[in-house]
Amino acid sequence: MPSPRHAQVERERCVSCGSCANECPRDAISVWRGCFAIVDRAKCIGCGKCVRVCPADCISIVKREVAH
Amino acid sequence: MKKKNWYEWLWLWPVAYFSLGFFNILFAWLGMIDFLLPLFIAIFFGNKWFCNNICGRAQFFVFLPRFFKCSRQKVAPRWMSSALFRYGFLAFFLAMFGSIIHQSIMVFNGVSSLRQAVTLLWTFQIPWRWAYAQGNGSDWSAQFSYGFYSLMLTSVIIGLIVMVLYRPRTWCSFCPMGSMTQLICKAKQKGKYPPED
Repeated sequence: MPSPRHAQVERERCVSCGSCANECPRDAISVWRGCFAIVDRAKCIGCGKCVRVCPADCISIVKREVAH
Repeated sequence: MKKKNWYEWLWLWPVAYFSLGFFNILFAWLGMIDFLLPLFIAIFFGNKWFCNNICGRAQFFVFLPRFFKCSRQKVAPRWMSSALFRYGFLAFFLAMFGSIIHQSIMVFNGVSSLRQAVTLLWTFQIPWRWAYAQGNGSDWSAQFSYGFYSLMLTSVIIGLIVMVLYRPRTWCSFCPMGSMTQLICKAKQKGKYPPED
């Protein structure tokens, strides 16, 4: 059962510092080739830890879209 | 709780660096590691592994609030992580670095004499004479050291201020090295990114 919410990154504003990746308890967020952070939605549980450490405030927790 | 990584101890690196430079300014050259290693990794490996894991400064800014609760943990103003400010700050830093090299060349050529002071925030001159005995033939190297140490100390002061006022790693959002390596990484990808989340 996937979590009802997951993290989402605003790529244009991400500074790819990696704070989020260091904080994530599930290793669900990582910095993609030094460009920006990407979220592995299957792993993300939407806990929001990454949101609280992001210095650029570019991560938000959004409702998971359920595929029908 | 996440497993502790060895690099979380790297907050000791800036502490060691500034301590060594306090007694002998020539240790400032060690700071070139922080300057060249991230560039090397970005250019040859195309990632920000330096920033993401081993940057001593970043670890320092994470370590302090964790133990001393000295960060307000507030969201920084938007302009601080805007492209305009980030690249403007990068350009300013590179210009300052260029001026350090220029001063060192002037001393090397004997055009100007060594100034034994550390300049904080590009304004305040602090006498730092004890850290170097003049006239041993490498005054240009000492001049570079004074300039580079000033730059490093200034950036750590700015970093500490924003660490206290905002989130611990707010410095990272406009760190010139971070901006530069991200630009290199993006250039290497030539706009080919994975689909949006």
